[in-house]
Amino acid sequence: MLPPSPLRVGIRGTNIVVLGVEKKSVAKLQDERTVRKICALDDHVCMAFAGLTADARVVINKARVECQSHKLTVEDPVTVEYITRFIATLKQKYTQSNGRRPFGISALIVGFDDDGIPRLYQTDPSGTYHAWKANAIGRSAKTVREFLEKNYTEDAIAHDNEAIKLAIRALLEVVQSGGKNIELAIIRRNQPLKMFSAKEIELQVNEIEKEKEEAEKKKSKKTT
Amino acid sequence: MALLDLCGAPRGQRGDWAVPLAGSRQRSDPGHYSFSPRSPELALPRGMQPTDFFRSLGGNGESNVQIEMAHGTTTLAFKFQHGEIVAVGSRAPAGNYIYTLKVNKVIEINPHLHGTMSGCAADCQYWERLLAKECRLHYLRNGERVSVSAASKLLSHMMCQYRSMGLSMGSMICGWDQKGPGLYYVDHNGTRLSGSMFSTGSGNSHAYGVMDSGKRRDLSIEEAYDLGRRAIVHATHRDSYSGGVVNMYHMKEDDWVKVESTDVSDLMHQYREASQ
Repeated sequence: MLPPSPLRVGIRGTNIVVLGVEKKSVAKLQDERTVRKICALDDHVCMAFAGLTADARVVINKARVECQSHKLTVEDPVTVEYITRFIATLKQKYTQSNGRRPFGISALIVGFDDDGIPRLYQTDPSGTYHAWKANAIGRSAKTVREFLEKNYTEDAIAHDNEAIKLAIRALLEVVQSGGKNIELAIIRRNQPLKMFSAKEIELQVNEIEKEKEEAEKKKSKKTT
Repeated sequence: MALLDLCGAPRGQRGDWAVPLAGSRQRSDPGHYSFSPRSPELALPRGMQPTDFFRSLGGNGESNVQIEMAHGTTTLAFKFQHGEIVAVGSRAPAGNYIYTLKVNKVIEINPHLHGTMSGCAADCQYWERLLAKECRLHYLRNGERVSVSAASKLLSHMMCQYRSMGLSMGSMICGWDQKGPGLYYVDHNGTRLSGSMFSTGSGNSHAYGVMDSGKRRDLSIEEAYDLGRRAIVHATHRDSYSGGVVNMYHMKEDDWVKVESTDVSDLMHQYREASQ
């Protein structure tokens, strides 16, 4: 039985899309930079996966080639839906061929289309895909999804910063030892993918903790 | 993959050094032809060069059989402030014989996309209808209409696959998509050019002359119709391979309009009388 894959969270804001992943703690001698969980498929689309890393490598590579191929033949960047459909069709092919096994990954694909609309899609090994406003895959995905259902409001995602904080709060529900084990990437409209540095994540986590404290203080004031 | 699916057909002859793997069937093997409606394939007999074959049949050969590919047209298209005008002649000659004066040389792919035809009539009709099929599939798969640049690129790739095999086609893909009006020239070599004014066919030099003198960005709609009409009429008058009627279309943002289908000789008389 494979160990449960780390948590991945995707949020679709009004002007931003956020992908957050739980980083497994790496061995002392391992070079952290070689373990990349959030991958850019093109300037405006990126994905995070949960499952077999080796299978993901193959899928991501094919998706990257398809993004460029599409640009070449159609002279337009792929829409998020198109590349999701491509990945899903690829996965489905492997469920219906002899001698092959399905790709063992679920993926969260986020990005902006040319018309400026943000998108978040999830695919699974069977080859189905669905659009989501916010989703989680990997270990404890159910719990996190319930958290998101409670806390995903129009206000929460209207501001970029709020959407980022929502993603981090969702991760913190499950991830131990706070910001050190979180990796975050965002795409803003008409801007390329941005990976957050450890410092930036720390800042966000500190803000969240402050907000929590203040909320606690208010509660205790009310009760006393 | 998008690119792999398009570049499936064999390109020209394999050299002697290209020995097929034992047991594998070459795609040009007649027994291999798939008749698939999905991927357009043209089966060629082994060892055949289409251009040499046609040369041996036509022109100055001593044989009694002479097949001349139907060339001869004038088509034009230009952009102006109110959209795009597409005007075509309608004569279909084959050598010195005129097959018909009523060919429609504009294929209406969808309410926002047109293709014109000049060169070999059969090639144009076949490949542009195939393009129309691909455009429709694109719409069904992706939920939005194909852009003009994508449609012209698809046609250009089809031509590239069969390069130097004797196809003859000069076409303009005109349409209106989310980026606004689009006009592309695509020919049988795979050339694809974007521009604001093109003319193709044997009468194109005459049409360019008239259009260059009269075209401005700020033409009114009536002035633009008149310019297109005159260009075709004068070109068909001078070029022996063109004639018939002027078929004119006006491509607007929401829809296209077929402006007219007027006889060239009638128009020529009008212009003569007006100048006297």
